[in-house]
Amino acid sequence: MQISPVLWQFLTKWLTSSALWPDQASTIAPWADALYIFLWLMTVVGVILVGALVLTFAIRYRKERHPEAVQIEGSTLLEATWTIIPLGIFLFVFVWGAWLYFRIYNPPADAMQVYVVGKQWMWKAEHPGGQHEINALHVPSGRPVQLTMISQDVFHSYSIPAFRVKREVIPGRYTTVWFNATKPGTYHLFCTQYCGTLHSGMIGEITVMDPADYQKWTEESTSGMSLAQNGERLFASLGCISCHSGNATASGPNLAGVYGSKIKMDDGTEQVATDGFLRDVILNPSQHVPYGYKPIMPTYQGQISEEGLIDLVEYIKGLKTNYRVQQTLDTSKSDDAAPITPVASQKVTQ
Amino acid sequence: MSTIISLPDQSTATLPKKNYINAEHGLLSWLLTADHKRIALLYLFSITFFFFIGGFFAGMVRLELLTPAGDLMAADTYNKMFTMHGIVMIFLFLVPSVPATLGNFFLPIMIGAKDLAFPKINLLSWYLYMVAGVFVITTLVLGGVDTGWTFTTPLSTHYLNTHVATTATGIFIAGFSSIFTGLNFIVTVHRMRAPGMTWFRLPLFVWSNYAASVLMVLGTPVLAIAIVLVALERTIGIGVFDPTKGGDPLLFQHLFWFYSHPAVYIMILPGFGVISEVVSTFTRKRVFGYTAVAFSSVAIAVFGFFVWAHHMFIMGVSNYSALVFSLLTMLVAVPSAIKIFNWAFTMQKGSITFETPMLYVFGFIGLFTIGGLTGVFLGSLGMDVMLTETYFVVAHFHFVMVGGMLMAFLAGIHFWWPKMTGRMYPEGVSKFAAVVTFIGFILTFFPQFVVGYLGMPRRYAAYPPEYQVLNVLSTAGATVLGVGYMLPLFYLAWSLKYGAIAGSNPWQATGLEWQIQSPPLTENFTETPIVTQEAYDYEWLAKKQERELQHVG
Amino acid sequence: MSIASTITHPPEPEIHPSHDVHEHPFYQKHHFETAEQQREAASFGMWLFLLTEIMFFGGLFFAYLLYRNWYYEAFVSASNSLNMPLGLLNTIVLISSSFTMAMAVHSSEIRDLKKLKLFLWLTILLGFVFLGIKTVEYHDKFVEHHVPGASFDIKDFVNPPKGSLDKPLTVDMANKTQIYFSLYFAMTGVHALHMIIGIAILFVLVWKARTGLYTSGYVQPIENFGLYWHFVDIVWIFLFPFLYLINRH
Repeated sequence: MQISPVLWQFLTKWLTSSALWPDQASTIAPWADALYIFLWLMTVVGVILVGALVLTFAIRYRKERHPEAVQIEGSTLLEATWTIIPLGIFLFVFVWGAWLYFRIYNPPADAMQVYVVGKQWMWKAEHPGGQHEINALHVPSGRPVQLTMISQDVFHSYSIPAFRVKREVIPGRYTTVWFNATKPGTYHLFCTQYCGTLHSGMIGEITVMDPADYQKWTEESTSGMSLAQNGERLFASLGCISCHSGNATASGPNLAGVYGSKIKMDDGTEQVATDGFLRDVILNPSQHVPYGYKPIMPTYQGQISEEGLIDLVEYIKGLKTNYRVQQTLDTSKSDDAAPITPVASQKVTQ
Repeated sequence: MSTIISLPDQSTATLPKKNYINAEHGLLSWLLTADHKRIALLYLFSITFFFFIGGFFAGMVRLELLTPAGDLMAADTYNKMFTMHGIVMIFLFLVPSVPATLGNFFLPIMIGAKDLAFPKINLLSWYLYMVAGVFVITTLVLGGVDTGWTFTTPLSTHYLNTHVATTATGIFIAGFSSIFTGLNFIVTVHRMRAPGMTWFRLPLFVWSNYAASVLMVLGTPVLAIAIVLVALERTIGIGVFDPTKGGDPLLFQHLFWFYSHPAVYIMILPGFGVISEVVSTFTRKRVFGYTAVAFSSVAIAVFGFFVWAHHMFIMGVSNYSALVFSLLTMLVAVPSAIKIFNWAFTMQKGSITFETPMLYVFGFIGLFTIGGLTGVFLGSLGMDVMLTETYFVVAHFHFVMVGGMLMAFLAGIHFWWPKMTGRMYPEGVSKFAAVVTFIGFILTFFPQFVVGYLGMPRRYAAYPPEYQVLNVLSTAGATVLGVGYMLPLFYLAWSLKYGAIAGSNPWQATGLEWQIQSPPLTENFTETPIVTQEAYDYEWLAKKQERELQHVG
Repeated sequence: MSIASTITHPPEPEIHPSHDVHEHPFYQKHHFETAEQQREAASFGMWLFLLTEIMFFGGLFFAYLLYRNWYYEAFVSASNSLNMPLGLLNTIVLISSSFTMAMAVHSSEIRDLKKLKLFLWLTILLGFVFLGIKTVEYHDKFVEHHVPGASFDIKDFVNPPKGSLDKPLTVDMANKTQIYFSLYFAMTGVHALHMIIGIAILFVLVWKARTGLYTSGYVQPIENFGLYWHFVDIVWIFLFPFLYLINRH
């Protein structure tokens, strides 16, 4: 019998690409697959059980064999059984799923940072060392990587099936996701949240490399300026430095070591200085006035791009002491840079 | 306790001289009718029309996905196709499907009423529905809309220049149509029951439509206001959802899913009701655990309101609210499981025959079990991260809505066809259609589970080539499915003229609707029935027939 | 049907309210067994409808509370820019119209056509007064560039005009007043739309009442419309303090 070539091609294609799950390329992947397999087992058992019941009854009690229907009211015992057993299974799935969720979204403290900006229809990745990528991301294997992501326009979603992770990328706030890639190779990157015309073109490649290769790559592809260095420039040119100089008389708080600390706000609450917090302070300062300071900081809404904000955040994150600020201050003073912010008010003495 | 029910001899049956169809003539008598049965038929025609429109879009989507490249149509045409598919199918087909047609027709009769409480509002519902339909068709003619049926802001408000406001108006109006239907049902069930028809004598179809109505009445207005705000944001530039003005785009998600999650229960609950009726009738046996089935409908309606944020697990809702919503999602899965087992055990010790409606019920039970259990995948937090926004969700949703709801709808249409028209549908070809539908369905949507876990995102006009095999299978299945859905259109139309005359109770069912002539009189009952039996009481039916036989004899 | 006439009817027999025992009132629709059933159904339906209305406004109130919590200062300043005396006047107008509507229901119950017409007209009049005042307020906001959209201007909040008791807002907070005004226009706009629909229905009722349709026992439409009107009134009772009185000086 002659098999048509088209059909033949199709069949071979099917046989060669009949994977049931994508590559397991992150530490999460095996855990996610385990839950996935368990859930399919539950489904198969459920379907077989219901199917067997229906089939048995359909055969045994078909009219020809069983002309007289026996009227049965119900059975509390049976009904309790099929309420409690599914409930038990579902609760088990809930606990397992919740455990996995917390694992996926709670990054380890030592994770390497990469920033991602999504826009219609591309992904921009920024490494702290100043490597910029579009629709691509290079990461080392065997090291946790945390992505801090934001969208410039609409909702997007950063999805890497081989790592079993995905997170919505939202305008106006940072979201994060982390993974620890295990297997060098290239993997799909998809935008999974519908984002307009070229949604299906908003794809890219994740390249996982050996740490040594990755090292080589970072050296080759750096733009020469790290994010923090860019941030430092902005810090000076936007005039941030005139208030956040770290001097005792400065009208803004000292930013050295502020990242990650708890800050007492003037409404009495305490807030942790996360990436998102720093970004929000720059855009909406009057909502985040630290205790003991006056709400005099101007907003930078519309003046800095998301990339610029990332640079600033990265710069502030790296400020462990005031040394750099002082140095920059000195240089900017010698440049005759005019301060932008009004300096009329002074820090209130506590 | 046992009963033997044999099907009546239909060869002597005649069509009644006077019925609701020939009571009045002329187009106006239909367009101005206040008769719930005629309005149900108006709805039936309209939703069938929109079903095939929506089906056409689905066909175009599947055709495009036959090959990995976006070659059949441009990306934005594809986006319009799936958007229109979603909008038409959800707002113009699934939401009104069972309630507005079968519910409208049979709910009043089942409780022994002459009509719904507000016949004019019922007609108004249909007109609102048609106006909504006109808006959607207008959108189509003007060039379509490509927001996706979820209208995600700020995409829908600021980044698209298609006809979002027109569509939004259509959906807003369709919402009012469904609010009025729900309101009408609730009042009717509360106030119009015949003497003796207590709550626990109501057929389960009434219970499930009642539960769905509660969801319609409470949920739809929230969608309405969200849609109004989207339209205002587009037209006059208010900024409630606009992040550049300080608005929170997640707020829209909350408002939208507050309706749109309960909406899936609005769609599926009436289907549950149909299944209960059909299973009982073709097993000649009361529904196993009537109370449990009735209350599980109510439980779904109540819990259904508190699970909406499970659509937002990856959007940065706080971890703890994600926990709560996941837990509640697991709880809402339980009542559906209860129902499945109750239907299965209804068959135990019955006396089962396998007419077309029953075949659809078998299909329903199988597909809905898969659909329901794959919902547990999505409710489970960690798994949802991987699966959400992929084809897995598409497959799950279609298993529940098409495999579940549409099967139930077709079961109901076949089951009540003799009552609505007075004639039988042709049994052979309709069984064939049922089997074709089932096979086509599995072939279309099962591969989508696999391709979803492989990572294929939904709403992609083009996709990486390694997903092609599964997509080809899916498209092939869609072709089969299309045939399965076209067949009833033809043979049901044929049966209007050539079908065997049905007589009043061809299935020997117990509902009040089967105790009156087919097709019924305009006022349904010659005198108000007095109900003394519970629902699905086949002994009562046997005795009644004995009495009638003696009368005639 | 007034209370008095309900009492004169003995409770219906449990089994079958027969057609022959009573004459049906002229307004009873054929699909109801008794006029009582019709009345109960209509008022139950109306309450359900009001429930959907609560959910409808509920979405807006939810948004309001969320943003008020986030941008409290902007909400205070923006709220203070509204014309409170006019708002108060409107509240009084609306409460009065609720009173005239209640009187209209009463007139219908005591079957007094002249009074019914008088109170319906009064309600219409008060409704128009409300809308008129609202138009003036909207106009002011338009002139002040407080309408969200392209022409929106925050200068009044950054540099409050002389004599204002408000402290100036920083630019970023002042921008959030646009959220307040978005909600203000959405909420009062939807409310005004309900008023307009209400007035339209009132005209129909006045027209149909002229032959005594509602003054011969058929109170139900008037009564149900009264429920609607009171509901619209109650929404305003919530809107007024929420929008006008956030933090008055």
